[in-house]
Amino acid sequence: MAEFLQFFFSGLTVGAVYALVALGFTLIYNASDVINFAQGEFVMLGGMSTVFLAAAGMPLPLAAGAAVVVTIAVGLALHRLAIEPAGDASPVTLIMITIGASIFLRGAAEVVFDKRFHSLPPMLGAPPLQIGGAAVLPQSLVVLAGAGIVVVLLWLMIDRTLLGKAVVATAVNRLAARLVGIDTRRIVGLSFAISAAIGAVAGILVTPITLTSYDVGTLLALKGFAAAMLGGIGSALGAVVGALVLGMLEAFSAGYLSSKYKDAIAFLVILAVLLTMPQGLLGKGKVERV
Amino acid sequence: MPAPQRIIFSAALGLAITIAGGFSASAQIKIGAVLSVTGPASFLGDPEKKTLEIYVADINAKGGVNGNQLQLVVYDDGGDANAARTFATRLIEEDKIDAMVGGTSTGATLAMIPIFEDAQTPFISLAGAIQIIEPVRKWVFKTPHTDKMACEKIFADLKQRQLTTIGMISGTDAFGKSMRDQCVGVAKQWGIKIAHEESYGPRDSDMTPQLTNIANTAGIQAVVNPGFGQGPAIVTRNYRQLSVNLPLYESHGVASKQYIELAGAAAEGVRLPAAALLVADKLADSDPQKPVVVDYTRTYQQKSGQAVSTFGGHAYDGLMILVRAMQRAKSADKAKVRDEIEKTKGYVGTGGIVTMSPSDHMGLDLSAFRMLEIKNGDWALVPDVKS
Repeated sequence: MAEFLQFFFSGLTVGAVYALVALGFTLIYNASDVINFAQGEFVMLGGMSTVFLAAAGMPLPLAAGAAVVVTIAVGLALHRLAIEPAGDASPVTLIMITIGASIFLRGAAEVVFDKRFHSLPPMLGAPPLQIGGAAVLPQSLVVLAGAGIVVVLLWLMIDRTLLGKAVVATAVNRLAARLVGIDTRRIVGLSFAISAAIGAVAGILVTPITLTSYDVGTLLALKGFAAAMLGGIGSALGAVVGALVLGMLEAFSAGYLSSKYKDAIAFLVILAVLLTMPQGLLGKGKVERV
Repeated sequence: MPAPQRIIFSAALGLAITIAGGFSASAQIKIGAVLSVTGPASFLGDPEKKTLEIYVADINAKGGVNGNQLQLVVYDDGGDANAARTFATRLIEEDKIDAMVGGTSTGATLAMIPIFEDAQTPFISLAGAIQIIEPVRKWVFKTPHTDKMACEKIFADLKQRQLTTIGMISGTDAFGKSMRDQCVGVAKQWGIKIAHEESYGPRDSDMTPQLTNIANTAGIQAVVNPGFGQGPAIVTRNYRQLSVNLPLYESHGVASKQYIELAGAAAEGVRLPAAALLVADKLADSDPQKPVVVDYTRTYQQKSGQAVSTFGGHAYDGLMILVRAMQRAKSADKAKVRDEIEKTKGYVGTGGIVTMSPSDHMGLDLSAFRMLEIKNGDWALVPDVKS
């Protein structure tokens, strides 16, 4: 039983990390149908900026706040300098632009920061909590709570505010949205800013667990993307559910089957799910554009 | 500039360059290097390049080798073995080098070996894998210790503590995989039984399931973690999180202060093999390597402004072994220099004491590694094992 619990907590930890990363994909996708492959770099920027600002003598909470601001600025710059000039290009083109941006940001981080690994102190202390013979790090719970808060905020924003409706409208039909007076340019820019903020918060919260370095974003984004697809891309709750399922799959297959094939097993399950439920676990059917 | 004039100008320029090149080549010994100065292996290649530049300048300032100045030709392969091979060909055919020190990664080295074997040019590699010198190739040497030696050092220490049944958790990256294979290969020889084996991906963020399985395997007395990068730091943290009370061994892949910083208090009591260079200030004054490593550390830190790493040390050893061979051969003749490199005996370098032979083109033994234990957030030397 203790063993089962330990695997469960591992799944929870990993799942929570993926969830925070996966959530970042949601908003930009909702606003523009674009899957932002630079999302992982937002996560990296959040973590690395905090590490370096703190090392420069800034108190940690202030450094974290500044890191979020820096990342938002980068997100806005990405939108203004790379996405917007592409005009009404198709989502596939825009996705490719984000891939290029991700490579650029990684390269820039290598120069601006360094190539070493860094860590941040856990927020609620390092000693693990003992629950039923298994040990869980308090930071895992912090990450999970962070993911929960982001889900609620996103849901409130998208489903309960006019701004959220404007985001959805922009995604469904940009021309029609413009005709009813929505500044779609601004909406898409806003979605980049908020996604960057989510990414930065994710980076700050997960760094005590995953550690960070200039290239930490790539794999986190891949896993986060897989989680978002599994849960149903575009759905905030789906991103969290998908991430937790993915984390559990990895932990339990590492624990009970084989650590060598845990990633393979996890991705096989994702494939199977997506074959039978192409919208993902919680995805809504695509709105037909007529 | 009108067109005809431009042609004449560039022709003149070309001629000038050719003449200049011709003159300088006659009085110089050319040493080639293909290093991964940028790209994923840049943390290896960068200190290697800086080290070569610092010491070539130093040797030239002191009058060169046999009265000839050294000329260093460095190409950056960016971590790509194909590029390394192309540059190796260029070094041989265009630069007409006398000898080669370099080849940052095992992949690049293996790709370049045929070129230097064909051109019959001495090649001292700075890469880790044992495949470079086993089987022995006539013109190929290497300076770094191997994964196999790191395993043997760990096993020797285990044996001395009478711990014979171990669990092993290794990274699935190239380093972790290679070292794991070497460890499994030599375990029997040292009477070590690997009772349970696990692995983790190079970017995994939680290894508690694997460690739970190892801790729950009956009879395990210690855990060995061949790995590189941030993985071992997370393994160490998870190890303490689960309060596994068995000795934990890390590999030389994480023998840097960074590992202690990342793993924090969890690293307390962890043992790992490392080159003497990393603990230069902690070596006994009687240690034969002490003067070399202290001097290299001081010079490198002063001139590059960076902390010393073993990788730069490998380049230092490669260059010094080559220069000494040239001095003994009293020429830069390729065949003579090769023979003299092979006769290197008792060279005290940063990586250990090197004694080569026709059957051993690396020349290091287990004394090249020191067993370290992390105490109070710093390294402490574990007294050497006689095996």
